[in-house]
Amino acid sequence: MSALARRVTIANWLPAALGLATVFAFFLALEGLIQSGAISRFIVPPPSEILGSFGRVWTEEHVLSRFFFTLGECFAAGVMITVFGIAGGVLLYRYKLLQEAVETWVAALAAAPVVLAYPLFMVIFGRSAWTIIMIGFVAALPPVILKTLEGLSGTRKVLINVGKSFNLTGSQQFWKIMFPAALPTMFVGVRLGLIFALINIVGVEFLINYGGLGQLINDLAERYDLPGTYAAICFVILVSVVFFMSLEKAERWLRPVD
Amino acid sequence: MAETGRLTRTASAVPMFSPVTLLRVAIVLALLAGWELLSRSGWLYRDVVPSWVAIGKALADLLLHGDYYFHLGVTAAEIGAALAIGGISGLAVGILLGANRFLAKAYEPYLYYLGPTPKIIFFPIMIMWFGVGPGSKIALGTLSCFFPVALSAAAGMRQIDKVLIKVGKSFRANTWQTVWKIYLPAMRHPIINGVRLGLGVALIGTLLAETKLSNKGIGFLIIQAYSVFDMPRMYAMLIVLFVLAIGANALVGRLGGLHTIRR
Repeated sequence: MSALARRVTIANWLPAALGLATVFAFFLALEGLIQSGAISRFIVPPPSEILGSFGRVWTEEHVLSRFFFTLGECFAAGVMITVFGIAGGVLLYRYKLLQEAVETWVAALAAAPVVLAYPLFMVIFGRSAWTIIMIGFVAALPPVILKTLEGLSGTRKVLINVGKSFNLTGSQQFWKIMFPAALPTMFVGVRLGLIFALINIVGVEFLINYGGLGQLINDLAERYDLPGTYAAICFVILVSVVFFMSLEKAERWLRPVD
Repeated sequence: MAETGRLTRTASAVPMFSPVTLLRVAIVLALLAGWELLSRSGWLYRDVVPSWVAIGKALADLLLHGDYYFHLGVTAAEIGAALAIGGISGLAVGILLGANRFLAKAYEPYLYYLGPTPKIIFFPIMIMWFGVGPGSKIALGTLSCFFPVALSAAAGMRQIDKVLIKVGKSFRANTWQTVWKIYLPAMRHPIINGVRLGLGVALIGTLLAETKLSNKGIGFLIIQAYSVFDMPRMYAMLIVLFVLAIGANALVGRLGGLHTIRR
């Protein structure tokens, strides 16, 4: 390896190493402060205890089945936002008058704190998975509609003209030209929607004490199992990060060139 | 002198309402009528979908009652404090990461991936650290607000025109002057965008925390209305809340001059 290549490799790894070292040093310092009594272990449990409680939480609290429960809710909300969001976007694209009338409303809905209406959803759907799924759905719908509309509106004129030169029907034009051209942008909307859905679903599970991973945190906190609560929070963060990274990878695969 | 005619436009040439306005009105009326029909149909449990008259009455009661403004003040103060703490710390971290590529590579991935995690799950920790009073709500709002502001500020910092920085250097501006006179004005739009996002999530974080454990604030009022099944009052509060949230979001954008950005 040449000296220049080695320097480039080191320059790439050094920041990541610093980041990891900082996290490690932070937890080490926290451990020291808690063990020395400077920070009460009844407020912040030592990181070693949190690490030790992972196995217990995993087996005793049925984390895997809770994970699949939350994943199932995300999947249901994801299917709904994909179907209704893309259909909504196509509808707004087809009917310009409707688009002009309601596009700003959809954008306003995206900025509205829908999750705060969770008591309302509880009244309508009961304390059930449907409440959680529906909040995830409503909160995640606007980005899918808006990005579908953006994708369809942004189809290059030359592609549409090619379709016209082949005398494609309206349906053929849509399925063979516009839909494939808009697909990467639509996926950006679905990815944003899925992130919103996950955030809202875990949040509402925690708030209404029902369901999968969100309920686990609430349960452990109510039992004052501090190491368990921290471990469960770390697990949810891990799941969220893996979820976002997978979606990003899928988007890059679908959209290799910007 | 010959009298010249004046060009006038007949009233009939300009429709009083555009088709878009008419469609909007039609949609709103259809929704209101559908709601009223549903409320009178008895298909859902009584009061789940209250009549508009009942909601209107509850809205008037709410807005005329002084107690509501006390709770609104508490929530506004919590959100304001969260926005100030989270916004300022997010801005400082964003400027630091945006100015230093090495630090950005080391720490920005953590911000990027922790940013979209559901912050409400940290509420049990916030209660342990800051108690059951407003402190834990402010802390949750701060945590929610910090990430979008920091990420926007870091991205904005990297977009600053290098010429502006060189001009600052040629005038021998010190660090403070460079930040105050070059960085911040040049980053105005990304910062305002970050503050808008931060305001939205701080509002959600603070109010959700209030619904979970509190004895004052709008979140507390909403969950109280739910627990006594006072649905018209709950709908009224949600309407006011949504209007305030969307209005505050638009106001921040307008104050920051986002509408003046040329595309």
